[in-house]
Amino acid sequence: MALKLPIFMDSQSTTPVDPRALDAMLPYFTEKFGHPASRNHPFGWEAEAAVDRARGEIAALIGARDPKELVFTSGGTEAINLALKGVAEMYREKGNHIVTTAIEQRAGLDVCKRLERQGFEVTYVAVGADGLVDPEAIRAALTDKTILISVMLANNEIGTIQDTASLGKLAKEKGIVFHTDATQAVGKVPVDVEAMGIDLLSCTSHMLYGPKGVGALYVRRKGPRVRLAPMIDGGGHERGMRSGTVPVPLAVGFGRAAALAHEGMGEEAKRMAALRDRLQDAILSKVDEAYLNGHPERRLPHNLNISFAYVEGESVLMGLNKEVALSSGSACTSATLEPSYVISALGVDTELAHSSIRFGLHRFSTEEEVDFVARRTVEVVTRLREMSPLYELAKEGVDLKTIKWKAE
Amino acid sequence: MAYSDKVVDHYNNPRNVGSFGKDTPGVGTGLVGAPECGDVMKLQIKVNLETGVIEDAKFKTFGCGSAIASSSLATEWLKGRTVDDAAKIKNTDIVNELKLPPVKIHCSVLAEDAIKAALADYKEKWSQAEAGADTSAS
Repeated sequence: MALKLPIFMDSQSTTPVDPRALDAMLPYFTEKFGHPASRNHPFGWEAEAAVDRARGEIAALIGARDPKELVFTSGGTEAINLALKGVAEMYREKGNHIVTTAIEQRAGLDVCKRLERQGFEVTYVAVGADGLVDPEAIRAALTDKTILISVMLANNEIGTIQDTASLGKLAKEKGIVFHTDATQAVGKVPVDVEAMGIDLLSCTSHMLYGPKGVGALYVRRKGPRVRLAPMIDGGGHERGMRSGTVPVPLAVGFGRAAALAHEGMGEEAKRMAALRDRLQDAILSKVDEAYLNGHPERRLPHNLNISFAYVEGESVLMGLNKEVALSSGSACTSATLEPSYVISALGVDTELAHSSIRFGLHRFSTEEEVDFVARRTVEVVTRLREMSPLYELAKEGVDLKTIKWKAE
Repeated sequence: MAYSDKVVDHYNNPRNVGSFGKDTPGVGTGLVGAPECGDVMKLQIKVNLETGVIEDAKFKTFGCGSAIASSSLATEWLKGRTVDDAAKIKNTDIVNELKLPPVKIHCSVLAEDAIKAALADYKEKWSQAEAGADTSAS
């Protein structure tokens, strides 16, 4: 089969809707259009049943005991906002301290920044060079005012998977609510809120081949019962935690996508990891001074993040962007001119943070695509190194650290 | 972010990539930027010591597409200019020619800095040798 360009390898940003999920959704736009909170007629009952089924499918995927523990939101960002702000407001009298990490995704960090402005204290625990946070470092950060531990399950840039079960155990031991942002992990690797001791879990549909515009927050009901102050007031939907009409077609698509992910997870993860390793080997065997970012084993199977020394990330993407959709931790891909805070947090040289490229495989990726992307990446990096003054200096044997750079 | 056609053209077909020997007569070298900032430009001019005209220019750049394009364009503009004329190239000229968006203006500033640094290096090393220079004539 001929290769179809451009190739999508940015699955940490979003994924295409699985056609089977789309098929499940379609009737709920037209003939089955009822409001799930309409209690008095068949249109409502039909919609409610569909939403409940979706809730059950998502609950099964994350090991929740009761589908009622899932609250539909507009996506991962809203779920994270509701978890953090909801706990902060509800438990304010108990304390004002939150412990999180330096590598949470933007939503997590930005909510914490806002809470700090409102008088909360937040400790951002550092991670190791592989992106892992040491549960003992979390323990050390706790005070008698700590009301929440929030640590992402798997990172969106480097794919490192945290020791979530140990964090959950620690939170239980201390009687502190534990939230995890599992946006990247759910549907990709086994997640079990019971086995991992998770009290709150944020996830989103469009990372697991469901539609955009819907996500969910898991809120533990037993052992302990977690309570949240809502952010959106209204009709008291979603057990009062998230008012507003549940978007039935989106919820149905999310549910179906979750069920598909659940069914095929083992096999799919194996296939992703094999493709990922193929991509990694093809690149690293042909390019010197290319470094894997993140943990070599504890990582998402579809995620690969590599820094190519002496070339800048955006310039690599520019050489590929007609053929391959990728992402970079380069400052030049953002408006801030700061390179990826995640890669920087690993303690690698800032220069290497500017040089990181993230590859994201997905359900529909093929070996042909992987081989093509590997070959083109090697070509572009090689070409850019030929015009890199840093590569030239390094090849002349100059230690770049000994040069006095005239930074602006 | 969409790139202007000119940035894409310079990125795909960079003009004058390469290096001169730093101590070659008439060569001035500018190395500006810093790896940790994500941009480093090396820009070199080769001046005819008889005429004071820049006969050739080369660059190597570590940076985004706009940084590569800015330095590539700078080498094009430098060739054929006198040293004095070269000093008149402004970053805003580069911004206009490449249609750089606001977040990329620092690339053009760096290119202007690279030109200035190369000219300064040239003057320090070789202005004494210029045939037309007043000091050496006396």
